[in-house]
Amino acid sequence: MEVEQIEIRDQLRRHAPFDALSEEVLNRVASHVEIAYYRAGSTILTFGQDIHHLYFVRSGAIEVYRRNGELYNRLSEGAIFGQLGLMMNRRVRFPISAIEDTLLYMIPESIYQELWENEEEFADFVEIEDRSRLRSAVEHQEKANPLMTSRVRKIVPRAPVTAPGSVSIQEAARIMTDEQASSLVIIDPDNTAPNAERPRVIGIITDRDMRSRALAKGLPLDTPVRDIMSQELVYIQADNFVFEAMLTMLRHNVHHLPVVDRDEPVGVIALSDVVKHESQSGLYLVRNIHHQTSVIGIKRLLGDIRATFVRMVNEDANSHMIGAAMAGIGRSISQRLLELAEQELGPPPVPYCFMALGSMARDEQLIVTDQDNALVLDDSFEPEKHDEYFRQLAKFVSDGLDACGYTYCTGGIMATNDDWRQPLRVWKEYFTHWIDEPDPKALLNSNIFFDLDGIYGKTQFTEILKELVAEKASKSPKFLAHMASNALNRKPPLGFFRTFVMEQDGEHKNTFNLKRRGTAPLSDLIRVHALACQSKAQNTFDRINAIAETALLADGVADNLRDALELIAMVRIRHQALAIENGREPDNNINPEALTSFERRNLKDAFQVISNAQKFLRYRYPSGGSPAFQ
Amino acid sequence: MFKLFQKDIGQRVTPSPDWPGRFGELALNAQNPLLRSFYDAGTVAGNTPINNVPLVGLDFETTGLDPNTHSIVSIGLVPFSYNRIMLRESQHWVVRPILPLHRDSVTFHGITHSEVRQAPDLGQVIEEVLQALEGRVAVVHHRAIERQFLDIALKWRLKEGIEFPVIDTMELESRWHRHQGQSFKDRLLGKKPPSIRLAESRRRYNLPYYAPHHALTDAVASAELLMAQIQHHFSPETPVSELWD
Repeated sequence: MEVEQIEIRDQLRRHAPFDALSEEVLNRVASHVEIAYYRAGSTILTFGQDIHHLYFVRSGAIEVYRRNGELYNRLSEGAIFGQLGLMMNRRVRFPISAIEDTLLYMIPESIYQELWENEEEFADFVEIEDRSRLRSAVEHQEKANPLMTSRVRKIVPRAPVTAPGSVSIQEAARIMTDEQASSLVIIDPDNTAPNAERPRVIGIITDRDMRSRALAKGLPLDTPVRDIMSQELVYIQADNFVFEAMLTMLRHNVHHLPVVDRDEPVGVIALSDVVKHESQSGLYLVRNIHHQTSVIGIKRLLGDIRATFVRMVNEDANSHMIGAAMAGIGRSISQRLLELAEQELGPPPVPYCFMALGSMARDEQLIVTDQDNALVLDDSFEPEKHDEYFRQLAKFVSDGLDACGYTYCTGGIMATNDDWRQPLRVWKEYFTHWIDEPDPKALLNSNIFFDLDGIYGKTQFTEILKELVAEKASKSPKFLAHMASNALNRKPPLGFFRTFVMEQDGEHKNTFNLKRRGTAPLSDLIRVHALACQSKAQNTFDRINAIAETALLADGVADNLRDALELIAMVRIRHQALAIENGREPDNNINPEALTSFERRNLKDAFQVISNAQKFLRYRYPSGGSPAFQ
Repeated sequence: MFKLFQKDIGQRVTPSPDWPGRFGELALNAQNPLLRSFYDAGTVAGNTPINNVPLVGLDFETTGLDPNTHSIVSIGLVPFSYNRIMLRESQHWVVRPILPLHRDSVTFHGITHSEVRQAPDLGQVIEEVLQALEGRVAVVHHRAIERQFLDIALKWRLKEGIEFPVIDTMELESRWHRHQGQSFKDRLLGKKPPSIRLAESRRRYNLPYYAPHHALTDAVASAELLMAQIQHHFSPETPVSELWD
């Protein structure tokens, strides 16, 4: 006897894409429907869960979320959902909750496939709907990617309009009007030293500064612009990422940012130039970090950080972007903690720079990471008068970072350690000593200081140290030899197909640590080459690029190193993202048996690249002190 | 004071029957092989949580309300669990009533004389119906109809009646909206209690309006109503003894 689901069939027929189906097909669909009921507020689908139905909202209403928790869409009676999940690995792409008591008709996957294959109009509807969603996902990605992959240089609209600080505000206004510029970069014409401690740019004025600082105050027209320009100079290097320009603007709350190439001003970017590339979640998260008023508030954002990480992985961001975004977030957290510390402790007695070391400095931070930092103080620092302040500041930040998941450094590389809270003068001595009189043991522990980045305060201090390292390191073969020798300590698990090289300690038995045996040895050996060729770059990919410009490596080796790093880093990143999605604590321990054959094959090649590069390193920087060849 | 004598809202007011025990007795005494196998299949223990109970939405359309003078015209049933109704397994039969179809009930059920003339007698489909009910707890709205009509129809044809456990969504609804559900003050004021008819009950749970008087649609409607009642008033762990009769 024919089963007639009249009510259900008739209801489906009232809505696209079912309205295009014949009576016969519609009866077949209706007779296979499954029905479920959800109370208001309950979860219907969670992200990543298997999906085997197309859902039709019969009554009630539901909300669709992005993975970062943002509301994506609201659907009510007659709407369908789940088609994207059915098309993409049968996994839920967007979590769904009921916002009213909701009755759902669920069309089994097999029927959905039949319709999709046989019913043109149905397929068109679902696909177009689907395509528009896919496109929005892709556009979202396109929006996010340029921000993190393009350099500031690319978005500089024009050469900067410059003037010396001595010109009058009237003359400045005339120049800006003639040039139709909304900002004027003030330069120091006397500073011509090529590697000056500061760029030639000394300030910037904008239309708004003219209005609020000159006209509104009735300053005489012959007042030099120097007097009204922004005091604290914020600028960005042309080869930084647009993402970093955005962070800088947000951090300092400025809308115009001078762009310099080394020391020369090359343009000014406005917030509107950056916003064109805006990534919703990254911006949202960073802005959110900077708005928090307590450590607890920042700590609450931990879930968002992880969600951003997973989102980037799922959107196929590369390891460079993910590492830079996570480091950017880590920097924002450090910066906000320093601001909060200053609010509590008062303004610093002498200028200082908070310096990130290791992965954060290299823009290669992932989810599982400890904190490595130091304080570089102004040379006017007097320990008995000032150190108590900086000790407390360091403790506040270090404790805060620990609370936010950046655990204390077991090696004590933290500003809370008296040795790593010193004036610039002492830091120069440290680096000079490490380089000129290298001691392998001491270098083993101070390796990490050769990845450094100023993230708060007088970041020029760190720039000075970078200059010093770049200049001295290349001239000390002994130092390079010791660094090279240290870089050979950790070997890649080459034979992991046959004789599994496993970590034998406790809970990570039968796994190997992909950071310790993969990314770390790679960044170690690349650091040595980078120091040898006087590069100031910190990021490993940037260092590879810098090395590739020299004749240091044979043809094609730089490309191999780049590919190996990307591959290993992505396996590590995906491993962590998977753990987060499955509610496990992410780590770096890979079980070789859990790898796909594709990953195994490529990992094997990547490890071979590291192994060859290590052999070359030994040969290129021999412990005798003179290179094997020149 | 009055509250002391009031039962907690939502709790059953009559003692829960021992259905597994009763099925054991009935299996021993049943003469007809169809009935014997139906009882032999047994039923779940009273303490089984509702999320483990196989359920079946059941509805009859009849020529009238008196099982002794009126007949079953159609039967709809749909197997389900506490959170999922499977229409794929639903079944619907039109059967020929013993007594002539009244002109009025044609418009009521939408079942025409010619349909009925070609339809089989209930006796010809009873095996399929019993098989579909076997091992499941029937869910109906207003249990008197389904249970009595089937009992009398079988007595007529098999010389033996039938007993089976039923969850009555109307009785459940009355726990909150009739008597126990209505406050003493409202009763004093003579306020009309809310309707516990199927369509009105469904509306309270934001369930859609379904045109009534099609046995299969009504069976689905009762099943949906029970799913909603469980989510709003009970839990997946509620023992079936709290619900059945």
